[in-house]
Amino acid sequence: MQIYLPIAEVSVNAFLLLGLGGLVGILSGMFGVGGGFLITPLLFFVGIPPAVAVATSASQTVASSFSGVLAHLRRKTVDFRMGTVLLIGGLAGAAAGIAIFNILRQQGQVDLLVKLCYVVFLGVIGLLMLVESLRTIRRMRGGKTTPKRRQRTWVHALPFKMRFRTSGLYISVIPPLVVGAAVGVLAAIMGVGGGFIMVPAMIYILGMPTKVVVGTSLFQIIFVTGFSTLLHATTNYTVDLGLALLLLVGGVIGAQIGTQIGLRMKAEQLRILLAVLVLAVCGMLARDLLVRPDELYSIAMGPR
Amino acid sequence: MLWRVLLLCLFAALPARGETVVAGLSQTRVAITTNFAGSEILIFGAVRREAPLPAGPLHVVVTVAGPSTPVTVRRKDRRAGIWVNTDAVEIDAAPSFYAVAATAPLAETLSDTEDLRRKVSIQRAIRAVGSATESADAQTFTEALIRIRKDKGLYQELPGAVTLSEDTLFRTSIALPANLTEGDYTTRIFLTREGTVIDAYDTTIGVRKVGLERWTYTLAHERPLVYGILSLAIAIGAGWGASALFRLVRG
Repeated sequence: MQIYLPIAEVSVNAFLLLGLGGLVGILSGMFGVGGGFLITPLLFFVGIPPAVAVATSASQTVASSFSGVLAHLRRKTVDFRMGTVLLIGGLAGAAAGIAIFNILRQQGQVDLLVKLCYVVFLGVIGLLMLVESLRTIRRMRGGKTTPKRRQRTWVHALPFKMRFRTSGLYISVIPPLVVGAAVGVLAAIMGVGGGFIMVPAMIYILGMPTKVVVGTSLFQIIFVTGFSTLLHATTNYTVDLGLALLLLVGGVIGAQIGTQIGLRMKAEQLRILLAVLVLAVCGMLARDLLVRPDELYSIAMGPR
Repeated sequence: MLWRVLLLCLFAALPARGETVVAGLSQTRVAITTNFAGSEILIFGAVRREAPLPAGPLHVVVTVAGPSTPVTVRRKDRRAGIWVNTDAVEIDAAPSFYAVAATAPLAETLSDTEDLRRKVSIQRAIRAVGSATESADAQTFTEALIRIRKDKGLYQELPGAVTLSEDTLFRTSIALPANLTEGDYTTRIFLTREGTVIDAYDTTIGVRKVGLERWTYTLAHERPLVYGILSLAIAIGAGWGASALFRLVRG
């Protein structure tokens, strides 16, 4: 069934969009990533103009994250205190990121920057997670119990300490603020919620337990993506309600299914799967940059 | 046949001249609804003649052009191993949609001078003033624009698509793709003999979003903040709804 999207001004198959939303929703619920890093490139592929794809996937991410958070709330796996601290950093970072984005757009190289950001970040994070999880699994197979990674590092030496009871942490608020801000900047530039950077940062830098990480990440993603949806709607008029609705219906259902799958899997398995997924997307984007494209020319509406 | 009746009416209303074109369209308005999947416009007409048939073959050229906007065409090149946008050419005005149908290949139906004056061929319909200063091979950028839009069905060259019977009645149909932008689509019909335009006729087809499409578009552009908040409310509502539904289903 073809459907005409009012803002994107293209006609696409409604079931294809529902399917895309559902697939990304499942991943979102399983891993606590908003799914923006997947849905944005997929929408490009379907033929949605990039500006509309970025803005609309932000609003779609709000919905799937909200649905996911509700599921996590019932299991008490959301650390509100940590989420709020991350969010304060995140909003400041997002505002700065949008300013950077606009400067780069005027110089005409924003596509390249976005793709390079994706390739570098997805590549590094994917590899780190894969190696770490494989090592953990090998250690467990060897019969030894996993040693708790709670050594005192530089993170614990900073001032302004705060107790995060749900995460079982007593650390300074500076690292979460910095992590939140850094993810906010990247989220605005790459047009995603930033969960795929946030989740590993929470595990490896802040030392939070994996089960809490997913819910907390989703919690702060709601606000960061909500903020950027509003910004896109008011400055570029690129949020497509029709497209958003179709993705939403698929996405919210998918997120619920994904959360159930996630709860039945071991943390290490989840991390390996997420790592593989991240590396796959990274590979696809890298291929775009490295292989000679079929069409060397591209059209952008409007003057430079 | 309604259009034949319509034709006869048009015939009657016309003043006398050498050879003139009388034409009609199957529709002058295209409504973009939610399930819009393209539209087919039937363009038909007749040649009205006061004097006896002159020598030389008669040709009919029909063009349909969407609203023109400036576009930037960028070209990728390999820099340090990766493909990067390097050169860009700005094209002052390119129609969002352009179809040119004729009774024969355009080269046979229209002389270069007439094409230049009336801007009938796709190349001429695109205006690229001053782009030569930006890049030495600006022409290849225009060609790329045409190639990309042709692939999407937005630019159509249809030689032989106009059928002309008895040097009097002609008809053709133009397929408007689903990816249509709003605006006034100018439709022109040229009557040519030996490359020279004898008569021309033009009219517009109004392509408009209607209903829900119209409402969404207007709200997004006129009250962006309300629209933004609405999108967020829908997103949150959908998220909550799905969660509540799943709890209900599981009991």
